Amino acid sequence: MTMTHAANEVVLKMPVGIAGFDQIADGGIPKGRTTLLAGTAGSGKTIFALQFLVNGIQQFNENGVIVTFEESPDDLARNVESLGWDIRRYVAEGRVAMVDASPEPGETVCEAGPYDLTALLARIEHAVSKVKASRVILDSVGAIFPQFADSNVVRRELHRVVSGMRHLGVTSLITIERVHEYGEIARFGVEEFVADNVIILRNPLEQEKRRRTIEILKFRGTTHQKGEYPFTIDPTTGVTIIPLSAIELKQKSSNIRISSGNADFDKMCGGGLFRDSIILVSGATGTGKTLMVSHFMKAGIEAGHRVILFAFEENREQLVRNATSWGVDFESAEQQGLLRIICRYPETMGLEDHLIQIQREIDRFRPVAIAIDSLSALERVSTIKSFREFVIALTSFIKHREIAGMFTNTSTMLMGGETITETHISTITDSIVLLRYVELQGNMHRAITVLKMRGSWHDKQIREYMVTDSGMEIAGTFRGIGGILTGSITYTLGEEREYLERMFSAGA
Amino acid sequence: MSDYDTFQTEYATYTGPWLLRLYIAGQSSKSTTAMTNLRRICEEHLAGHFCIEVIDLLEKPQLAEGDKVIAIPTVVRKLPEPLRKIIGDLSDTEKALIGLQLKQKPTAP
Repeated sequence: MTMTHAANEVVLKMPVGIAGFDQIADGGIPKGRTTLLAGTAGSGKTIFALQFLVNGIQQFNENGVIVTFEESPDDLARNVESLGWDIRRYVAEGRVAMVDASPEPGETVCEAGPYDLTALLARIEHAVSKVKASRVILDSVGAIFPQFADSNVVRRELHRVVSGMRHLGVTSLITIERVHEYGEIARFGVEEFVADNVIILRNPLEQEKRRRTIEILKFRGTTHQKGEYPFTIDPTTGVTIIPLSAIELKQKSSNIRISSGNADFDKMCGGGLFRDSIILVSGATGTGKTLMVSHFMKAGIEAGHRVILFAFEENREQLVRNATSWGVDFESAEQQGLLRIICRYPETMGLEDHLIQIQREIDRFRPVAIAIDSLSALERVSTIKSFREFVIALTSFIKHREIAGMFTNTSTMLMGGETITETHISTITDSIVLLRYVELQGNMHRAITVLKMRGSWHDKQIREYMVTDSGMEIAGTFRGIGGILTGSITYTLGEEREYLERMFSAGA
Repeated sequence: MSDYDTFQTEYATYTGPWLLRLYIAGQSSKSTTAMTNLRRICEEHLAGHFCIEVIDLLEKPQLAEGDKVIAIPTVVRKLPEPLRKIIGDLSDTEKALIGLQLKQKPTAP
């Protein structure tokens, strides 16, 4: 082959092995190339880069080289110990080589004439050949600039390092700090020498909350998903990216139905809930949402299924006590290993972290059904955008696992009205059940209706129900009134209604 | 006689208080200039009391780890302590002397 450089050279990808990332990167970062990873302080650059390296060893049997410009190798290894990454062991086993280019504290370097950074390149080359590395990370190159008087020389020399690494055939990640979340790509004009592939990590404040996102700005000569994707840094698993638009909507749509725990309600749904569907129960406080959840859990337990209840409003004791009063014994179900109750305050962490925790619990316990009481409590701790992203990611996850989910939503108004949860996620859930208060002649009644039920016949009537000792008792329809759902009741004359009904049934 | 051999003889007979290590990369012009300049400076200021160890990183890159050398050429003053580093081909004699502490930094009058 005499061809030196082909413009239409095929760029292959190297998987990073970070959950979600390879999906948005269409397979990984460009293989044999250098990718710039830019982000503000604390945006997770070092962890991302190290995870790329550690995954190489753990998942792909590929060795790596760490070039550190900021921290000493010892500090770096110590900082990631909590993630279970034993860098020192990898070094001892000859799977990782370290190149320490961090400044010696208190050392003065005097410049007396022209110089270049051949020594750095020579050390990287030596390290790569020593452990036969395929992956190299440079963290973070911004720290090398203050060590030298002339930034131009450093830029030129880093460019030489990048071409040197390309020559070696290694895939590398270079981390660099940036000053602002939006604007100039990186400090010191670093993007001038690694302009081909750029990933940006952001950590902006939105309504007093930090929301981490990752964006692949460009991959030269190859494809990737565009836009910002939320991600989280978990203290045990590291970076996890939540690829929203990249989520595959391959729903197998089960025909198997499971009971909601209430025979009348099952009838309203055409014979129960689908096993891989999500039902949203929406209603004001006290309408019986937690009651429905308790019975849903009970039905699963009685069928011998494992179920999880995620509670974000009430604590354990309250839940167990309420369930007992409705004849549901949560405690013995937990002892039998059929139920797990997980109570968390929504405020304890960001939504991304809640998602990871929920996913982890589900994968650990492998339930047939789960309930979230309530979803709207989580809405409080986030922006509308990230809430919507959370719900999409969660629903797609539990559908993938073929789990039935019952989510509750507390509406803010006692009668009628709609909420963010309803507006934003009603298109995502398969079924929606509305629980409403109805004021009739000075008395409070409760009304239930199935608003939608994907893929099944369902009762379209608005029925009255009572909350009794044994649970929810669904009765007949409301006669002669309208406007229950909007909260403004209108009375229709019985005779007129019957007349209208006769008129239409006559034609049928 | 190669530089390496010169070093070997010097190292064997070294008694003086100055030990300098010069990191170079092959026969690049910066490397050869640095060698010439360092030898000249030492002979002028430290005649008989110095030893220069030359390390070629193209041959022995692993030797750069100890002194954490990034730039080429780099002179490391091992002795007398404290350790000092001077980078560049030493064509700026003034700065080289200050870096080696063979001359005080000029103070403002």
